[in-house]
Amino acid sequence: MTEYYKAEDLGRFGEVGKHNTALFKKFLDWYNASLEPGALTKREKVLIGVAVAHVVQCPYCIDAYTNSCLEEGMSLEHITEAVHVASAIRGGASLIHTIQAHNAVDRTSL
Amino acid sequence: MTNTKFKDRVLSVRPEPLQAADMTTLQVNLGYQCNLACKHCHVSAGPGRTESMDEQTAATMLRVFAENPFETLDLTGGAPELNPHFRWIVAEARKAGRRVIVRTNLAVFFEQGMEDLPEFFRDHGVELIASLPYYLEDSVDRVRGGGTFKKIIAALRQLNNLGFGNGASGRSLGLVYNPQGAFLSPDQATLEAQYKHELKERFDVSFSRLYAFTNMPIGRFRDFLQRTGNLEKYMQKLACAFNPQTLDNIMCRSLLNVGWNGALYDCDFNQVLGLPVSPEASRHIRDFDFDALSKRRIATDDHCYGCTAGQGSS
Repeated sequence: MTEYYKAEDLGRFGEVGKHNTALFKKFLDWYNASLEPGALTKREKVLIGVAVAHVVQCPYCIDAYTNSCLEEGMSLEHITEAVHVASAIRGGASLIHTIQAHNAVDRTSL
Repeated sequence: MTNTKFKDRVLSVRPEPLQAADMTTLQVNLGYQCNLACKHCHVSAGPGRTESMDEQTAATMLRVFAENPFETLDLTGGAPELNPHFRWIVAEARKAGRRVIVRTNLAVFFEQGMEDLPEFFRDHGVELIASLPYYLEDSVDRVRGGGTFKKIIAALRQLNNLGFGNGASGRSLGLVYNPQGAFLSPDQATLEAQYKHELKERFDVSFSRLYAFTNMPIGRFRDFLQRTGNLEKYMQKLACAFNPQTLDNIMCRSLLNVGWNGALYDCDFNQVLGLPVSPEASRHIRDFDFDALSKRRIATDDHCYGCTAGQGSS
């Protein structure tokens, strides 16, 4: 995995806009605006960020949002709780599909 | 490393380099000996350090403090309490009725012969600023050594029982947050509310106010940055967070720092780096010249980005 995920590549994120500057600018504007404090504080937003980063399993996002959490005065205690919430929802989302399996069994069984 | 030198960055937002403004605080480093050896310490203080201000230098410093219009004596270290002349210095300075601040690590209360420090501080009207990098045991002990957090909480309880940190007049108890690694401090006001809530809920202790400091890229913390390959990134982070608004109230403009051997500096960080004050004729406490020093140009280098990052660190 190491050769695919290099830490220094995060600093090259801007290169993503090379072949479509307009779309990338729209993304950045949206991304930055979404993190501005509003009804939620910056602290709450970066905590959501670190939880989502784990669910989408993005090593760049995990690094970046873990640091953001530290810079918002949070610790591994906060990060771990947030990741548990996200992971539990992810687990629950899989489990609820068992009902689909039940339905399929019901449809095809005597 | 950082692309723009600190002095050039200052000149890009101000017409002239940093200069002293009101010299109201005399900050004195009583020595590098400490009961702890914290990983973030800019002084690299510890039990093995022997540098300590002697009686003659302390007497000269006290005379300078008494004869000049300083408002505050700010005692730091190491653990300033471990200097053998500490209690005499505090008592003499308080005789003039002026403000005395002691920067304490709190765990020193549990060293032999130091057990009555809380009562000494109360009896002499000393204001305390205590280092507490976080409100969780694991985080603090990782930075300051195993068992330190429990001592700090016990010390805070003793101080609260004596009225420190409970709003009692003249019994101010400030806490200092330091990031536990190569990252910047959170917003001070938000973190203060968090500290107050967590320390009350978890340990039933209170304090007056929180100062969120930035770790300076010098001393033991710089060693950590170098060892872990974080130095360049951290310096970039500090430079990127440069906030020109911090320059008006940056602490070096209102204080003069005295080293354990009487040498004069613009701040404790310059002391560690050996960057002396600019007036060559007044670089030692015995040659103190208020007029020359109160108009001095501040000696800066790239570590000063640590005091201008984000909300500042003074």
